[in-house]
Amino acid sequence: MNLTVKPDDLKPQEAQPQVLQPVDDYGPLYAPTKKVYPQSVSGTFRRIKWGLMGFCLGVYYFLPFVRWNRGLGAPDQAVLIDFPNHRFYFFFIELWPQEVYYFTGLLIIAAIGLFLMNAIGGRIWCGYLCPQTVWTDLFYAVERLIEGDRRERMKKDASSDPMKLERISELVLKHSIWLMIAWWTGGAWVLYFSDAPTLVKDLVTFQGPPLAYIWIAILTATTYTLAGFMREQVCVYMCPWPRIQAALTDEWALNVTYRYDRGENRMSVKKAAELRALGQPAGDCIDCKQCVAVCPTGIDIRDGSQMDCIQCGLCIDACDTVMTKIGRPTRLIGYDNDINIHRRQEGKPPVYKLVRARTVAYAAIIAVVGGAMVYKLATRSLLDVNVLHDRNPIAIKLSDGSIRNAYTVRVLNKHGFDRVIAIDIEGPVNSTVHVVGADSVTPDRPMIVIGRDQTEELRLLVTAPEESNPEKSIPVKFHITDIGLGVVASATDNFVSP
Amino acid sequence: MADHTEVDSVSGTATTGHAWDGIKELNTPLPRWWVITFYITIVWAIGYWIVYPAWPTITSNTTGLFGYSSRADVAVELANLEKIRGAKMAALATASLADIEKDPAMLALARAKGKTVFGDNCAACHGTGAAGAKGFPNLNDDDWLWGGSLEQIQQTLLYGVRSGHPKTREGQMLAFGKDGVLKPAEIITVANYVRELAGLPTRQGYDAKAGAKIFAENCAACHGDNAKGNPEVGAPNLTDKIWLYGSDEATLIETITNGRAGVMPAWEGRLDPTTIKAMAVYVHSLGGGK
Repeated sequence: MNLTVKPDDLKPQEAQPQVLQPVDDYGPLYAPTKKVYPQSVSGTFRRIKWGLMGFCLGVYYFLPFVRWNRGLGAPDQAVLIDFPNHRFYFFFIELWPQEVYYFTGLLIIAAIGLFLMNAIGGRIWCGYLCPQTVWTDLFYAVERLIEGDRRERMKKDASSDPMKLERISELVLKHSIWLMIAWWTGGAWVLYFSDAPTLVKDLVTFQGPPLAYIWIAILTATTYTLAGFMREQVCVYMCPWPRIQAALTDEWALNVTYRYDRGENRMSVKKAAELRALGQPAGDCIDCKQCVAVCPTGIDIRDGSQMDCIQCGLCIDACDTVMTKIGRPTRLIGYDNDINIHRRQEGKPPVYKLVRARTVAYAAIIAVVGGAMVYKLATRSLLDVNVLHDRNPIAIKLSDGSIRNAYTVRVLNKHGFDRVIAIDIEGPVNSTVHVVGADSVTPDRPMIVIGRDQTEELRLLVTAPEESNPEKSIPVKFHITDIGLGVVASATDNFVSP
Repeated sequence: MADHTEVDSVSGTATTGHAWDGIKELNTPLPRWWVITFYITIVWAIGYWIVYPAWPTITSNTTGLFGYSSRADVAVELANLEKIRGAKMAALATASLADIEKDPAMLALARAKGKTVFGDNCAACHGTGAAGAKGFPNLNDDDWLWGGSLEQIQQTLLYGVRSGHPKTREGQMLAFGKDGVLKPAEIITVANYVRELAGLPTRQGYDAKAGAKIFAENCAACHGDNAKGNPEVGAPNLTDKIWLYGSDEATLIETITNGRAGVMPAWEGRLDPTTIKAMAVYVHSLGGGK
């Protein structure tokens, strides 16, 4: 557009009284939720999603019933969080509360794992694996089965006629099945915290602990609400991950993308065919809106990358179906990025860069943290000792002038059997050690039995004769030797004079 | 009343009709759900006043229909606790002191209970760690005025020392100087003799023979010929390294001149027998028990 400046415009204008006009183009602060009616779709990504849903739900529901023999007296559940006894069991691993740092490692790996997924293929977690997505998908499947596909559901919801028995029974059936799934979700959750078969028996005979029922009720309510009603609202409004995701992504990450270089301008099949016959460029998108119809968050992928998009890939399937029907190449919507769109527009072949600083760094962090955890787990000792020096009094003078220090010693036996341990000390010259309350047959080297899978707190008295009294505090080492296995655990503290 | 129908042109909201310097106040009422919630809380509060203790009266307070009191809750919790501990405490009550010390579970229980009771009743004089102070014995060491076996400790706990209890442990360090039994010069001599017995340096030119004679005539009756003491009368061993009041010459002279008579209260009747048993085991397990 040509801008021409007229001479009049340059003349000083008369001061106009300023009038504040009401601004009426602000949208409402609270937008009413538009219900989404995703249409059924079939294709590669739908099959992947069904498969992953089956796998995730299968693991979740059946894992508590997997058994793992740990010997007599120990729980035989493969995965068990035993709060009363302060133990966590995972197949061959048994963790004590003081080893909870392994979970820190797991959380680091989980977080970096998400980052890595994001750098490679965008919101893989959101689209395929997130419980919110998995359960919502399942709830939609139930809804579709009972109420029909998109159009029917929309029509039924919009109908202002008084409800007929058929419609009421449909709704009752749908909500019953939803509640049943939700109830199973909560039911499976509590099984991770107690022996699953026993708890199931107790629950159905109404003898389960009240806490179990409360947790089942809570998770039933959250599942029913989140997957049945809030659905995509959870992803769009509640979840912080989309926001973090937006900050993490880069130009090479593959995201579900509408290839506008191929799709635009949109036109009918007929018009496109005519244009192509004339040798002129024509867009492949026929504006059938199938990608919008199948979208579980109700967005239009053709508007570009957006926060509401969970990248489940269902629009790819929908578009591929249409493209196949009209005889055009598939993947008008596909995993891609802007760089390649621009390259294609310039006539260059697309480039996919999987190995780049970001992905390598993430993979390296995962490898380092995972490696450290595996190493620590493989080399951890099943015998441990902690020593705490008495604080008050710190040292005692005895009648013959010798000095005695008292220590609280905690010996941890993480093995599944009783162990006999011997206590040796390395401290002041000629010092002796005595365990309060233990009549050891070997007075110079006290021996104690430590029960299987437990800790024993001992009160140890270390006495140094007068002539070897240290002037100031000197280190004293406690060696706990497993007589049977020959394993030694040591701890160091100080021996002080009054 | 002002005209309420006036509508602000910018916001489209009705005004209250009040104007300050030409600025009109908009009428933005509280949301209905908020007002309803507010009224519900008022009704709830009234109900609360009726069923729970709420209003102070001059000497007491309204008790409420539910009869709730936090003190009663504590009583119930304490009763439950006693029920849980019942069997173990009963075992502690019947077991012998030696058996308690041999059984790790009972020892742990007795030590835990003993420690708490010690903190409440004994720590004022003996210190929280039972390390004592001048005049108050250290209970961690192996020097016992009245004996350090489990039974002896239990007896001291039950009846005390010079406590006035009929079965109390009795015995005292006489005031040899104040009562005129020994002259000041003799006291200095015997004080140095005692220091010699303990292997401590003595005043130059003191008469060891005279000291021995004074000791034999006045002190040996309780402390013994070899000055090793006598737990029957609470006479301390004067040859060891532990001194309740101090081993320097001035302190010894003070002790011999004025005597000593520390008091340990009797706990019989104040603490139940099981608690005293637990206390005896706890004190014994501090490390000095014999």
